[in-house]
Order: sequence, then C-alpha cells, then structure tokens
Amino acid sequence: MRKLRAKIIDGQGLERTLTRLAHEILEKNKGAANLVIVGIKTRGAMIAGRIARKIEEVEKAKVTIGSLDITLYRDDLLGRLDQPEFKGTDIIFNITGKDVILVDDVLFSGRTIRAALDELIDLGRPKTIQLAVLVDRGHRQLPIKADFVGKNVPTSLDESIRVHLMESDGEDEVLLMYPETPE
Amino acid sequence: MKLLLKGGRLIDPASGRDEVLDMLLIDGRIEKMGKPIPTATGMEAIELKGKIIAPGFIDMHVHLREPGFEYKETILTGCTSAAAGGFTAVCCMPNTNPAIDDESVVRFIQSKAKAALNGLVDVHPVAAVTKGRKGEHLAPMAELAEAGAVAFTDDGDPVHDAEIMRRALEYAAMFNKPIIQHAQDLPMTKGGVMNEGLASTELGLAGMPSIAEDVMVARDISLAEYTGTQYHVAHMSTAGATELVRKAKARGLRVSSEVTPHHFTLTDDAVRTFDTNTKMNPPLRTREDIESILKGLQDGTIDVIATDHAPHSYDEKQVEFPVAPFGIVGLETAIGLSVTELVNKGILSVNQLIEKFSVNPRRILHLPTIKIAEGEMANLTIFDPLVEWVVDPTAFKSRSKNSPFGGVKLRGRSVGVINNGQVYWS
Amino acid sequence: MSKADIQLILDTAMSFREVLERPIKKVPPLTGKTIANMFFENSTRTRFSFELAERRLSADVLGFQSSSTSVSKGETLKDTARNIEAMKVDMVVMRHSASGAPHYLSQVINANVINAGDGSHEHPTQALLDMYTIREKFGKLEGLHVGIVGDIAHSRVARSNIYGLKTMGAKISVCGPATLIPKEIEQLGVEVYHHIDDLLPQVDVLNVLRIQLERDAGRLFPSIREYHNYYGITRQRLDRAKRAVTIMHPGPINRDVEISADVADSEHSLILQQVLNGVAIRMAVLYLLATRN
Repeated sequence: MRKLRAKIIDGQGLERTLTRLAHEILEKNKGAANLVIVGIKTRGAMIAGRIARKIEEVEKAKVTIGSLDITLYRDDLLGRLDQPEFKGTDIIFNITGKDVILVDDVLFSGRTIRAALDELIDLGRPKTIQLAVLVDRGHRQLPIKADFVGKNVPTSLDESIRVHLMESDGEDEVLLMYPETPE
Repeated sequence: MKLLLKGGRLIDPASGRDEVLDMLLIDGRIEKMGKPIPTATGMEAIELKGKIIAPGFIDMHVHLREPGFEYKETILTGCTSAAAGGFTAVCCMPNTNPAIDDESVVRFIQSKAKAALNGLVDVHPVAAVTKGRKGEHLAPMAELAEAGAVAFTDDGDPVHDAEIMRRALEYAAMFNKPIIQHAQDLPMTKGGVMNEGLASTELGLAGMPSIAEDVMVARDISLAEYTGTQYHVAHMSTAGATELVRKAKARGLRVSSEVTPHHFTLTDDAVRTFDTNTKMNPPLRTREDIESILKGLQDGTIDVIATDHAPHSYDEKQVEFPVAPFGIVGLETAIGLSVTELVNKGILSVNQLIEKFSVNPRRILHLPTIKIAEGEMANLTIFDPLVEWVVDPTAFKSRSKNSPFGGVKLRGRSVGVINNGQVYWS
Repeated sequence: MSKADIQLILDTAMSFREVLERPIKKVPPLTGKTIANMFFENSTRTRFSFELAERRLSADVLGFQSSSTSVSKGETLKDTARNIEAMKVDMVVMRHSASGAPHYLSQVINANVINAGDGSHEHPTQALLDMYTIREKFGKLEGLHVGIVGDIAHSRVARSNIYGLKTMGAKISVCGPATLIPKEIEQLGVEVYHHIDDLLPQVDVLNVLRIQLERDAGRLFPSIREYHNYYGITRQRLDRAKRAVTIMHPGPINRDVEISADVADSEHSLILQQVLNGVAIRMAVLYLLATRN
C-alpha cells in the first residue's frame, strides 16, 4: 500500500504542460514538416497522441504518429517473475531521415529509453531522435537526457510516480506516492 | 533341520482342509500336522498367526532368459525372484538363445535349476513347438518330452500356420502334453505397440486390435476340437477370447486359459504416460475386457493366473515407446495384485485364488497334485493376505526392475516357500 | 493447453508478425540463448521455420539432423540429448518419428522441450499456425466449421488441429477412406465423413492433408489414382460444392494427388500465409517459453 504524498499535476495543469511541450518541440524543430511522433506504450503513446493533436492544431497539417512496444528490447526480459505482455509495435511508416520525437510518461532509470532507441535504430536511420517526457524523476542509471521535460520532480528511490490519463484511467493527474508500507 | 510352523491357516483345496494348525517339518518332510505342537529343543519355531499355508504356487508362464539373455535374468536370479514372490515352481518359456528346441537345452536348464537355491524352485521347461520357434518345422517333441518338457509353445510368437498348429496338436497329444498358444494374428498387428482403441487414436500409436487375438483363438479351438487334443491359451486378454473359451469348455473340449495380473488390473489408459513399463504383448486392453476377464475368473473359464514374467534391462526400456521391448516382470507382485484386485474386491475367495495359482495349473500340465499330509515332502506357499506394502522395484530379487507398479500400495504378500527340503523366507 | 494459453500464443504471434515486415527482421529477446534443433525425421519446412524463428529472436542455433531412429544409430535418444544438454543448451526443439518421444525426452533432460512433431501424435505449432491463419481470415474461430481430409489415422496435424480448434469452440469434421480413419475418433467430438462431396458444402475451411505415398498404398488404400479421383481437391470438386471453401494444407503438397495445382495457387488458398504465420507462431512460442518462469 502506498499513501499519497502530493498531487504534482492536476487535470488543467496537464493540458497546459502538454501544450507547452508541443510548442517547444515546434520551436526547436522549426515546424513539423520532418517530424514523426513515436510514443512508448502504453501511456507514452497516449501522451504522444495528445501532443500530436496539439501540433496539428497549431500547424494546421497532419502529423505522422506511431507507437513502440519495447518489450522485446528490455534488458530484464529473461529472469523476471512476471511474464511481460508483448502488445506489438505500430510503426508503419519509414523513419529513415526523419526527426523522431520519442515520447514517454516518466523518465527514471533510462533503461526503457535505451530499449526504445535500440528498437528505433533497428527500424531505420532517423535524422535525429529527441526525447519528450511528462515527468523526469531523476535517478538515471544510464547516460540518457530528455530534450523536452514537462516537470522535473525530485524523488527518493522508493517513492513512486503515478500517471493517470483520461484515456486509460478516467482522469488526468500525476501523483507522488510515499514508499511502500507493510500492511 | 527342524522347523515348527505355528498357528498358520492351512487351506488345501485338494483335501478340502481349511483349519488353523501347527506343522512340524524335519528335513523338509511333514513329520506332524494338526493340533498345537509343543516347541522342543533343536526346533526353529516360526509364528504364522494370520498367515495362510497353501500348496506351493506355480507360475506357468515365466521367461528365465537363460541361456542367451543372462543380462536380463538368469535361472538363479529368476528362481530367487520366484521364491521371493511365493512360488515353488515355474514353467520357463523357450524364447531363449538357443531356443528350447533340443534336449541339451532342457538338460542345461534343469542342471542350473538344481543349483539355484539348492533346487528349491522346480523349473519345468516348456519347449518350442517348432524348430527355432520359426513356425516351419516341428521340434523334436518326443525327445523334449522325455527330457522333461511339460508342454510346448512358441511364445512370444504364435504358431501362425494352421497346418503346423494342427499337426503339432496331434503330435504333442501322443505324449499327453498341451500346446500353449500365444494367440496373435501377425499381419493384423504389424507395427502395433498398444491396444487399438480410443487411447491409441489419441496417442497416435499403432494399435493391435483385440480381434487379432480372438481370430486365432477361434481357429485354434476348431483345430483342437477336430483333433480331440488339449489346448491352452497363454496370457488371455480380451472379452472375445474369454467368451470363445467359455463356449469351448461348455462343449466339453479340453481347452484352458491363463491370465496375467496386469491384464486384470490395468487398462490401455495406463499407456497415456508413455511409460514403457505399460508396453507388453498382448497389450493392456479396455475396461470391458477386464470386466469379462473378472467374470471368466469367477466362473472358471480362466483356470490359471500366470505372470508372463518378462525381464528387460533398464537401458532397454529407457527409450521411446514404439521402440521399447514388450514385457514386464511379475513374479514379485503376483500375490499382491491378486489379493488386492481379486480377493479384496470379492471376485475370488482365497480358496479359489489358491486353485488358480496351484491346483489348476498343475492339473493342466499333468503334474502330480501336491499332497499336504504327514509323511509327505513339504511343498508349501505361505502368504500374508492382510499385510499392506508399497511396491519398490529396486528391491526386487529379479535382475530386472521393469514394472509399472512402483510406488503402488498392495495388500497381500508372500511370507516364505518350502520345497525340496529348502526354505526361503521373503 | 487451455483456451487462455492458445489465445495468448495467437495474440503474441500477431505482434511478431509485425517484426517479420521490418527491414531488419531481428529482435533481441533470446540473445545469448542456445537452442538445439533435433530433427530425427526428415523435414525441410518445419526445420527452416523454427530456425528462422529462433534466429529472428537472436538466439544461437544448433542444427542436428538424423533420419534414423536411435536404435539403429547405436546411441540412444536419451544419451544424444543428454550430451547436447551437457553443452549448456537452453532449449531443444525436437521432431521424432516415435509418438511420445518429446514427453520421454522432457523427463530425462532439464532444458525446455518443444515438440515439432512426434510420430502420429501431435504437431502443436502446426495447429497453432493453422488456427492463427483461420482467425486472420475470418476474425474468429468460435462457431466455424473446419474439415480435415486425408490420412487421419497417421496424422499428427489432424490430432493437434482437433484439440486446438475444439478448445477454441470450432466444429471439426474429418474425412477419408474408412481404412484411414482411426478407431473411436468420434469420441473426440468430431464427425466422420467418407465422401468428400458430402463434406465440402458444409465447411468454412478445409485443411487438406498430404497423403503418404510411401507407406500404405496397397494395404490401406488401393492406389494414388483412386485416392485422387475420390478425395482429391480439384477446381471441379470445389465448384460442385457451390461454396467458397477456404483451402489450407500443412505442406509439402503432392500436386494433383490430394490437391490440384490450380486450387493450391487459387485465391481460396491460404497455403502461403500458413508458411509465413508459422514463423510468427514459432517466435511467439519460443518467446513465451523463454520468458515464462
């Protein structure tokens, strides 16, 4: 059981943060002409979808979007107690030469992003890969850095961040939870 | 040697006796028998309260494997296994190398048997019907009978040619010896490794249909009737064959049959584990066949229980099912399975069980009835009908351990056997 | 195998199908794992399919081919497998002519054993890829009527298909000459037909089995010619049925024996899809076995 420590972002805050991220991405890349947005399943893909829609509103043009299942590239695949569910990757377009905006909900150890990078490189040769995350909670185990950050949240190792989204959980919010206490 | 057997229950179908008594044996001969005998010096007293004393059991279908296959079993280890299982006599099958188709082989076996356990277990050779068991030329049955063969068979093969079988029946009858047939139509069962039925369909294993046994039994009974001779069905396993034998007996023909304990205990469902110790010939059949066999035991259609003790080495059985050799050992589980499946389930009384193990086989083989009386040499099987025990093949006295009953709890076990002045306690 | 397990494999295979469309058809889950393919029976397509699946998952592959049984070779199956396991092999994929051989093997070695076909007993990955292919075309398995025609008695493909499809709620019928239908197969819940023209108008899918020329002509059926005339799936036969039956075949095809060339290549045939799906199914099975604890 974990107890709530703080609500970091509420529903309205989330919308504003995503809007800001969308604008930052457009600013850095000088438009959306060469962009593809790739979200990491599951919630990263949902956030990617929202960012993509915001970009489309601003640029008045369609943006290519895909989603990535990094299960096969995990470095902890064999030897886990639970069997990770493999849902499949949906990238039906060519990423070679494109600026790929990789999107995930929480950046923590960096291993998920490492797996995603390996998978993207197997799929083609992008011009750039840029990382956009909703929350960066520190404690990197690999040299990975986000280019676009929704919010920096310093945490201790045994605390946890919970991201809830309308599409999957019925509401938008980001919560910081205390460490596990025994029942 | 003075042995005092105290308080055992003597059940002797031949004399009709069924009473608790003491028995004093001096150098293997029954000195005194009846009301309690006081223990005196020099006597070894054995307490047999609750145990049954019966005329010595004979297993009329055993593969001793010697000469030729000593790595599976020798006459010594086979006789020790028999004694441990409660048998004072066995009939050994001729599929040795060389086959028992010459009197020299008979003599060899007899001399080995005398040396085993000081001759405790009587070994009665069953000689081949045809030379080399090839099914083509008659074996020298006169010479073999004279040397000591009690019957003739080509087991594990059938005598397939009807003309040869007819002539063999006629010839053997001259010496008053039965022909024992391993009934199996070979083309119908080519490549088969288990009973043909739902289990074989599901397991994708080639089946041996029960009718392959029935058609040959039907043919042989006609031949026996035509020639007026004595015929015995080895290891009968099907409802069809049982009914054929029943009808033949009703017509007064000299037809008899035996069944193995595994054929009244296990069905072909046991093969679903692919355990090669469920592979034998004839194969395990269906529930319906077992029901028919149990009825046959009850109404006398099936005269004898014989194990078809077929030792194979560990490595030989540690292979894929279709490739494994047929057969399992049975001497040391015979009494246990019979008591558990027949006596305890009300199929047979203990008296009837003793007839199946001792009285009937000796009658069919024209061996003298065992007399249990003062002055006679003792030929006795002593067993405990109540003791519960768990089968452990690694503890078998047989050289081979190929049994599917490892870990199974049984009721009934041999305590000891006495014969030819020798005693063996299990 | 439970319905849930079958479902899991089929769904996972769907995700692996995508990998097979990539320019780089390789993913890393089995990196560093060694798989021994022990094929004691001749097989090109199943062996290739497994090998491809294993390599695409980045496993190291040992191929072992022998067309003789252990007894004639001198070394027993048990010893052969134990020797290979002693070299630290993680998984064994085995095809053998003896029914029950993989069950036996799994008792004597510690590595996972995958059955690539044992005698006439089972061929699970074939049934899984058949189910996947049917589901891909029809969107479901439940309620469909699937027919299997050929030498049912000796067919491990038929048996595995019966188990799998029945578990998933489809209706199965088998068809073939009476001498090639095994005893009491109705007890497995299938209907038996002896005349293919009676069966064809009733089924959504027909799985056509290869007839074993070598083995049984003369003894179990008279001749290839007779089999083709009475059971061969030809254009005329399908037209007579007046129904768009989907045709499948586990391969390899005897053209113009059990199936005519034009049917095998027609728009109703899913034979080539079966082959591609086979790799995806085998990837799914290998992946799920390796990651299960």
